[in-house]
Amino acid sequence: MLTVEGLRSRYGRIEVLHGIDLDVASGEIVTVIGANGAGKTTLLKCLSGIQPVSAGSIVFRGEAMTTVPAHRRVQRGLAQTPEGRQIFTNLTVEENLRLGAYLFADDKVDRDMQDAFAMFPILKEKRNLAAGGLSGGQQQMLAIARALMARPSCLLLDEPSMGLAPILVAQIFDVVRSMKALGVTVLLVEQNAFGALSVADRGYVMETGRITMSGPAAGLIADERIRAAYLGI
Amino acid sequence: MPELLQFLLSGITVGAVYALVALGFTIIYNASDVVNFAQGEFVMLGGMITFFAHAAGLPLPLAALIAIIATAAIGVALNKLAIEPARGAPVVSLIIITIGASIFIRGATQLIFDKQLHRFPAFSGDQPILIGGATILPQSLWVIAGALAIFFCLWLFFTRTLIGRAVLATANNRIAAQLVGINTNYVMTLSFAMSAAIGALAGVLVTPITLTGYDVGLALALKGFAAAMLGGMGNPKGALVGGLLLGVLEAMTAGYISSQYKDAAAFVVILAVLFAMPQGLFGRKSTDRV
Ligand SMILES: Nc1ncnc2c1ncn2[C@@H]1O[C@H](COP(=O)(O)OP(=O)(O)OP(=O)(O)O)[C@@H](O)[C@H]1O
Ligand SMILES: [Mg+2]
Repeated sequence: MLTVEGLRSRYGRIEVLHGIDLDVASGEIVTVIGANGAGKTTLLKCLSGIQPVSAGSIVFRGEAMTTVPAHRRVQRGLAQTPEGRQIFTNLTVEENLRLGAYLFADDKVDRDMQDAFAMFPILKEKRNLAAGGLSGGQQQMLAIARALMARPSCLLLDEPSMGLAPILVAQIFDVVRSMKALGVTVLLVEQNAFGALSVADRGYVMETGRITMSGPAAGLIADERIRAAYLGI
Repeated sequence: MPELLQFLLSGITVGAVYALVALGFTIIYNASDVVNFAQGEFVMLGGMITFFAHAAGLPLPLAALIAIIATAAIGVALNKLAIEPARGAPVVSLIIITIGASIFIRGATQLIFDKQLHRFPAFSGDQPILIGGATILPQSLWVIAGALAIFFCLWLFFTRTLIGRAVLATANNRIAAQLVGINTNYVMTLSFAMSAAIGALAGVLVTPITLTGYDVGLALALKGFAAAMLGGMGNPKGALVGGLLLGVLEAMTAGYISSQYKDAAAFVVILAVLFAMPQGLFGRKSTDRV
């Protein structure tokens, strides 16, 4: 579904992705784990189109994406929940969700919103409040729900568990797991390697802008080097 | 009593002019947090282009329509040529760009047209209407109606339409707006076109009363800006109320104290209001990321 080859990207003169190869098959949950500053966020920003790519290619559902502007990638079914949530703080919860479905004006928008409220009942309770007043966990739920409103076939999730209390972290990973039932393919970026590998089918390990290891999630969780470096075991 | 009523009516007329200018600020501000100081130039262009098209023999409504469309196109050009290339620059730099653009537009107008003051006929004649011992010009009613109509349209736009919310979303978080599929370049272009068109319409409505000339924009922009600050920048309701309040305040000061003090009195009140309510009367509370 998503194939990345030789992807390079830079901030000014400093290159931070040095040729990333990665692929995600339809229906999979794939995770990219890596330490602070490894380049995980930069990778997702390249995929969603808000960060320029200096070399390499991105192919999504058979279509070259590398030069397609961000707002058109959403149209093709590639949605992102960005790092730091990036919700519309001045708008209400409901307006945030409605804007998630900006590309649509049909009856399904209402049904999708009801589905989002069913998935996150707290958002229904707060639907008319400014989104900036939500707690961190609620904002994360809103960010995921907003991305789902775009009816993506592939969801890019950037550190959804960051800064959340343990009970919320578990809830968020449950939500990620539930994407399979919804038929949404997931590319999940996480520093919480254990949580991410627990829900994923496959994983990639990223270190300073390069993929250093990859394989089935169960294999990575069992790997001595991963356990030492990322799981603290 | 008729005296008070007369001051009130003049104040509301002038206030409606300020409100029209202030309303023009709201869209661009809502889309980008930029206070567009070329807004007064849009008002001036609306009046000037209408005058010259009318003088060339076109009927007034057609001349006005051409002026509004041409000014909207100039607004789009301002965005494409000056604002879009500077994307990512701090808001202050963008505001300075709009000041530069206003100077440029003023100079170009002076060259292309002339330096005279101009007027075209009022839409419904110049016979004052008598109300309880005071009088008001029919054109004043057009100005007031125009301000109310634009206010209502903008209110609908921002609260009832998806594209209106997309404008707010673009200002609130541009990256996130792109991530939900909003073409933020298009939103900016649309904002400049709409603001410029509203400014030009204001120019068409007020010129029979205030006259127009290449240099009337600056004073209008400053008064409109003051009105928008008073009411709360970005809120159509604030622009309308702020404009009317400022106009009435000036008329009362001019009538009961002295016309020399009208600007000063207005500014004292604005400073007092902003001191107590920094967001203005109806300004949005900032609820930014924590
Ligand atoms: N806007 C930016 N300008 C310049 N350098 C940046 C910028 N954003 C990130 N970097 C640098 O790029 C590298 C990769 O950053 P990135 O945010 O992609 O890492 P990450 O893996 O997402 O880290 P984290 O787990 O902390 O979110 C880092 O060295 C970072 O300092
Ligand atoms: Mg990151």
